[in-house]
Amino acid sequence: MNGSAGAAVEVDGLTKRFGTITAVDDLSFSVQPGEIFGLVGPDGAGKTTAMRMFASVMRPDAGSIVIDGIDVLAHPEKTKRHVSYMPQRFGLYEDLTVEENIRFYADLFEVPRKLWEARAQSMLVASDMTQFRQRLAGQLSGGMKQKLGLTCSLVHTPRVLLLDEPTTGVDPLSRREFWQILYSLRAEGVAMLISTAYLDEAERCDRLALLNRGTMMYCDTPAGLKSRMPGAMLEVASPEPRKVREVALALEGVQGVLLVGSGVHVNVDDGGRRSPQLAQALAGAGVQATHIEEVAPTIEDLFVALLEQNSEA
Amino acid sequence: MKLRRVKAIAVKESLQIVRDPRSLMIALLIPLMQMFMLGYGINLDIKHIPLCTYDREMSQQSLGLLKRFEASRYFTLRKTAQDYAELTRDIDDSSCTIAIVIPAGFSQGLNDAGTGTVQALIDGTDSNTANIAANYARAVISGFSGDLQLQAIQRRGGTVQTLTPVDVQARVWFNENLESRNYIIPGIVALVMAIVGAQLTSLTIAREWERGTMELLVSTPVKPLELMLGKLLPYFAIGMLDAAICLALAVFWFDVPFRGTLATLLFTTSLFLIVVLCIGYYVSVSIRSQVGASQVALLLTMLPTILLSGFAFPIDQMPVFVQGITYLVSGRYYVTILKSVFLKGAGAVELAVPILCLALYAVALVVLAARSFRKTLD
Repeated sequence: MNGSAGAAVEVDGLTKRFGTITAVDDLSFSVQPGEIFGLVGPDGAGKTTAMRMFASVMRPDAGSIVIDGIDVLAHPEKTKRHVSYMPQRFGLYEDLTVEENIRFYADLFEVPRKLWEARAQSMLVASDMTQFRQRLAGQLSGGMKQKLGLTCSLVHTPRVLLLDEPTTGVDPLSRREFWQILYSLRAEGVAMLISTAYLDEAERCDRLALLNRGTMMYCDTPAGLKSRMPGAMLEVASPEPRKVREVALALEGVQGVLLVGSGVHVNVDDGGRRSPQLAQALAGAGVQATHIEEVAPTIEDLFVALLEQNSEA
Repeated sequence: MKLRRVKAIAVKESLQIVRDPRSLMIALLIPLMQMFMLGYGINLDIKHIPLCTYDREMSQQSLGLLKRFEASRYFTLRKTAQDYAELTRDIDDSSCTIAIVIPAGFSQGLNDAGTGTVQALIDGTDSNTANIAANYARAVISGFSGDLQLQAIQRRGGTVQTLTPVDVQARVWFNENLESRNYIIPGIVALVMAIVGAQLTSLTIAREWERGTMELLVSTPVKPLELMLGKLLPYFAIGMLDAAICLALAVFWFDVPFRGTLATLLFTTSLFLIVVLCIGYYVSVSIRSQVGASQVALLLTMLPTILLSGFAFPIDQMPVFVQGITYLVSGRYYVTILKSVFLKGAGAVELAVPILCLALYAVALVVLAARSFRKTLD
């Protein structure tokens, strides 16, 4: 499949309401074959609702979805053959074994036996699960469940893969394996839509859509989004991050403060000018800070900054 | 429709049934239990009515009459009272249903005037039983007075010529001994099948919703009809096994005469099973919660089958309006069929109308159930 063949997924003006709440509001974007497209946003942003509409298990109130040139709303069943959907909640049968689950989905998608057996085998090898073939799915760990889910959703070689928070509750090692599989799928030309609450994962996507309360605020590559970051990011290493935050927030030119694992990220309008001021203020307040340096913003910084910027506007 | 998908669903469903031995046990034990409970519990024959006597005369004739009551299989003597107060108490606390009081001067009246009076006090709370008790008492007494007349005539040396101008020679067909059990048990088989059949399938779709497996299932190309067939097939097998258990109990345990053919029985039972399985499936699709669906399925099958199928309460005695409603109850047709197959040995030709009705019912419910399922979450 080559990139110029047209978009794998085209979403236009997609809207879904539940009563008075608009869960998804006028969402539009397109995903190319071989692209990993991330939907990022806080809980309740409308990620799952959007995913369900792409998987045509929920009907939108307005807008259109075209997958592989087929109008999903007009022919919901026709697209299901080429689409694979992994819901947020584990959707496989816990009282069936790994192999029985795979076989069940292969049968539903009418994959020839030889084909799915070979595919399942290579997937199980890739995810290091061959010795668990006969184990009941309910007895797998969270990470293995997700890898099994991915295996099941890939037995029919879909052209579009929809993953709703696939790595929630998955250990880091399994997550890495998971992403390796996704990268190899990208190389095969599969279009992927992935929603995630992990912002480090968002960074792995080719493009990102930032959702908040049903609306898409930004849609760009991670680098492109970072360039929209206003001002600069100062990282303060300190044993007293909460105090640093208190001091920083009172300072002029500070747009946002975020506690991160390695310390405190302070978003300022001008890094060169504010850095010494911050050091001075911290020293004045008697707060220990081992060092302050300007760093590249992470997606998390960006996300918080963009959300704040947006709510102020 | 793709057979491969139907098979995949059926295999998956069977694996789930087999891996949950508790529910499988319930599916097979509940009909057994219900057959025993209902088979022994429901008995419309009134025998051994508790009786209390108060003989104020204690003559040979009064004792003779009371002996006849004791000897009757319709009555069981519970107590011989000594005064009215005791008698009243016994009727009040329901320890007896009927009390026979023989007044002082009973035999004198018989001898002098040729007529004696006996008092019967009957607890009319249960009007049906009271009626039957009064009729049985009348029968015992008229037997007694007939014998008295006979003796009187013989004593006078006359010849006896009992004159009965018109005699009814009644012969009961099909249920020769008029045992209520013989027509109740086939009805109970229908009732148990209705309850169990709908219960079996009432959980099947609701479980997918509750366990969160439905979201993935509806995102696959599986068609609603394939899903339904695949889900119903294993339960059809279990249902037929249940039917075999119930029918075998009816014949071999409860000794209900079976005069029909096995083919008619199996064919009509399959039709009825399809109906009740589809009811359960439809409810499961509509309710989406296992507990709720199970309750509604129970209500939808048990109540109409008990009240409106004619299994215990004769349909032709119901008000015309209610009779009309009974045509909507699938159990009505199956109960009619079962009773006829068991007792009359009726075949498919004689039962063409109820079989046709049941078949139409089955087709309608298959369509309803197949259409009820929508492959969407909202």
